Amino acid sequence: MIAAKNIYKSFNGKRVLEDISAVFEEGKTNLIIGQSGSGKTVLLKCLVGLHRADSGEVWFQSVEYTALSRRMRSEMRQQIGMLFQSGALFDFATVEENVMFPLSMFSSMSKGEQRDRAHVCLERVNLINARKLYTSELSGGMQKRAAIARAISLRPKYLFCDEPNSGLDPKTAILIDALIKEITVENSITTIINTHDMNSVMEIGDKVIFLHSGKKWWEGTKNDILDAQNVELNEFVFANSLAKKARGMM
Amino acid sequence: MRRVFSKPQRWRIFYAQALDEMMGLGISSLAIVAIVSIFVGAVIAIQTSLNLINAPPYMVGLATRDSLILEFCSTMIALILAGKIGSNIASQIGSMRITEQIDALELMGLNSACYLILPKLLAMVILMPFITIFSIALGIFGGLIGMALTDYLTVDEYIEGIQYAFTPYYVTYSIIKSMVFAFILVSVSAFWGYNVRHGTLEVGRNSTRAVVTSCICILIFNLLLTELLL
Repeated sequence: MIAAKNIYKSFNGKRVLEDISAVFEEGKTNLIIGQSGSGKTVLLKCLVGLHRADSGEVWFQSVEYTALSRRMRSEMRQQIGMLFQSGALFDFATVEENVMFPLSMFSSMSKGEQRDRAHVCLERVNLINARKLYTSELSGGMQKRAAIARAISLRPKYLFCDEPNSGLDPKTAILIDALIKEITVENSITTIINTHDMNSVMEIGDKVIFLHSGKKWWEGTKNDILDAQNVELNEFVFANSLAKKARGMM
Repeated sequence: MRRVFSKPQRWRIFYAQALDEMMGLGISSLAIVAIVSIFVGAVIAIQTSLNLINAPPYMVGLATRDSLILEFCSTMIALILAGKIGSNIASQIGSMRITEQIDALELMGLNSACYLILPKLLAMVILMPFITIFSIALGIFGGLIGMALTDYLTVDEYIEGIQYAFTPYYVTYSIIKSMVFAFILVSVSAFWGYNVRHGTLEVGRNSTRAVVTSCICILIFNLLLTELLL
């Protein structure tokens, strides 16, 4: 379980997050949704500690993450996997070396064991045949899958995904969503996904938090969304004409 | 800077990285260092012989040797490497910053500053004295070629000059300077690369800033060290 309590964050005097409190449940895919510029990525980065919140607390289980020293936070981060929007794979390494990287840094495994574990992760994301390729040789979907493999290589308790579907075609996006969902359930990971893709919300969103103008505007399950009476949420969810028609708004 | 000088996560990986950086940054620069040193050595010898018409012949070799040891092979080579290595370091780290690779390192629990910068610092500070000595040797050899190809001086007179009144401390001084310059060029370039924030354009801008700032710092420290050490 991850809990955010009264998170505030500003950049150059401009408030980006205002009083965000939320609980992200274990073994579930928790989605943060909202328009571009609503503060999703900033919230995600505050949760993992890449941004320091101006005020507020982030708790991982019973540990107050925001109060930890840099060293303690580094240790804690070994339990966190993150899928970045760009994939953030190391371009100096092959896919296999990318997946082995966290293992070589933080595990006591031998080289052979690291390779075996990397292969298990790459098998899981169906990328074992691309293990010798460099990241520049991969398609967008393959990069995301390689990044997922790297993120789960150390068996994290927490998985953060920043726009995992951005730049992908709908079919590949669904595959990535399904993969994240399966990994979450298999390993009882607390997963937080940042997205504005409504397909993802309806496919894998166990719990959904809607941000609007840096504030938490709505919270519920994917089933609640369709009946929600929140104007901003409805405008976001039923933004395209097809969705509007489906809801009988046109 | 404090984060750079932290204990590496894995010493074995750190040493391997430092070795890679020695190859990538230092050894790959030997060709340009060699070419510049030979030609400049030849030119210094010829210019000195032209300007010391009434002086004893050994003065040409002596002046060429001391110019190379005291100034050219530490300061000029550091300035040349600031252009080659400085822009390389700044753009490499800057690119990693904007593609979130540095965030990925941090999020794994690694000290990204230490992981990325310390091996480069160690590699260059260790390698730079050898590059300087290599440059001195080739510069003096270049002077010899210059004398052999022209008729200003005989080769024997030049060789006599480079052996005359040799002060070993000048080499020590040159090596100390080269190590300080190596530290400056890596740390300044890494600083600009690490602090890229706003996309690819800034990578280019910061690479240029890295080279310019490194050069200025090298020149200032050259003056300070000369005043302190000579």
